[in-house]
Amino acid sequence: MAVRWQALDRGPVIPGGSSVAYRTGEWRQNRPELDLHRCVHCLFCWLYCPDSAVLVRDGQVVGIDYDHCKGCGICAAVCPPKAGAIRMVPEGEP
Amino acid sequence: MRAMTTRRMALVGNEAVALAWKQIRPHVVAAYPITPSTQIMERFSQYVADGEVDTEFLPVESEHSALSACVGAAAAGARVLTATSSQGLALMHEVLYVTSGLRLPIVMNVGTRALSAPINIHGDHSDVMGSRDAGWIQVFARSVQEAYDRTILAVRVAERARLPVMVCLDGFLLTHSLELVEVYPDEAVQAFLGEGPRDGYSLLSEEPITVGPLALPDSYMEFRRALAEAHLRALRILEEETQAFNAHFGRSLPALVEPFEMEDAEAAFVLLGAYADVVEEAVQRWRERGRRFGMVRLVAFRPFPVEELQKALGHLSEVVVLERADTLSGQGGPLGIEVRAALYGLPRHPQVTDVIFGLGGRELRDAELDAFLEAGPRGGVVYLGVREEGDVSQST
Repeated sequence: MAVRWQALDRGPVIPGGSSVAYRTGEWRQNRPELDLHRCVHCLFCWLYCPDSAVLVRDGQVVGIDYDHCKGCGICAAVCPPKAGAIRMVPEGEP
Repeated sequence: MRAMTTRRMALVGNEAVALAWKQIRPHVVAAYPITPSTQIMERFSQYVADGEVDTEFLPVESEHSALSACVGAAAAGARVLTATSSQGLALMHEVLYVTSGLRLPIVMNVGTRALSAPINIHGDHSDVMGSRDAGWIQVFARSVQEAYDRTILAVRVAERARLPVMVCLDGFLLTHSLELVEVYPDEAVQAFLGEGPRDGYSLLSEEPITVGPLALPDSYMEFRRALAEAHLRALRILEEETQAFNAHFGRSLPALVEPFEMEDAEAAFVLLGAYADVVEEAVQRWRERGRRFGMVRLVAFRPFPVEELQKALGHLSEVVVLERADTLSGQGGPLGIEVRAALYGLPRHPQVTDVIFGLGGRELRDAELDAFLEAGPRGGVVYLGVREEGDVSQST
């Protein structure tokens, strides 16, 4: 942010919701690949995701928010083994 | 200004501060009691329990929590007060920087006290000097009346400067000393203070805001530079608001420094706080002996009134700084070091001797000060009133 100090007299206060614009997904080394044909929509991944990056509509998992997913792998770890709908893939590999 | 009907009440310093709090009518007070400022919370919580003030009073579990709760309330736009001493102020330390960095106008009374170890509940300035770089305005009272006055005044200073303010009163010498205090009518205090923070932000506003986001190397320094500027500007704000206070309440409080017998002085004492009475007597005693001493009491230690000190002291031959804190650097206490630094900027400057006295509540005795002055100050650092080998004069 290119702001001169003279403009900062009110202290560090900025408009809310700034984390939406901050694409933490750029930090990711491994990405979750979601297979919706195997998904049982238990929502464990949605519940455990620390970045609210599992997208859900009408109670159904619909995808991953790759702009904010940091690739921690928790979603893959909590996905029930019988479903096995999420696997972690190194970035740069298909 | 029309004459104001005041009451005269016999109050100890803590009671006077608690009464000022009641008249300020803060939205929120969060505090944790500690000697020697405990009575402030004790008395104020009684006012709340008796329905004399409708403050949200939060008796939290530590000083760290106390100031943290104050930060949250102030960020919501509330007028907020707290108080502490010594170890309590030390426990608040990290939140002190948060308060000033977020530019929150919190006012805190500090009943100044020594720091452990060894544990000691008595007065000196070690606690507040440990906070000198934390971005708070620090003003020192010399009397119970001043502690009462400056607490009310600090609210306006804080809200205009958007900086937190510590109003320091010497532990026991002021917190527990009984004095006749001129107390203003509640309405006069309310009229002086107005509604509340006028120019801040609020977490309760319609538009959502983020307070205190991450500021990395690309922006952190700009925020710190802005804070430094706010402190420089606070010098003038202190002057203007003190003038407004004096006009409103019919008083004559000094804003930054208070000179005593300085018109024809050759040498001067410099100090903070309640020892001003004792030192004024020393000035008079030595004037009778033909030595033209004067005294300059600093009211504000932060912001530091460099120009005012240069003007008051620059032409003298001798300056004796009397202070109740040490930096353990061999260069004296914080006050002595900063007075020297302020005077160093002049083409010629007086010899400055830094006298450290009164740590942990030890009294400064006239005979000790006189013996030191008779021997003649020689610059450097002097510990006054310390028992040396074979000396039993300070045994207790």
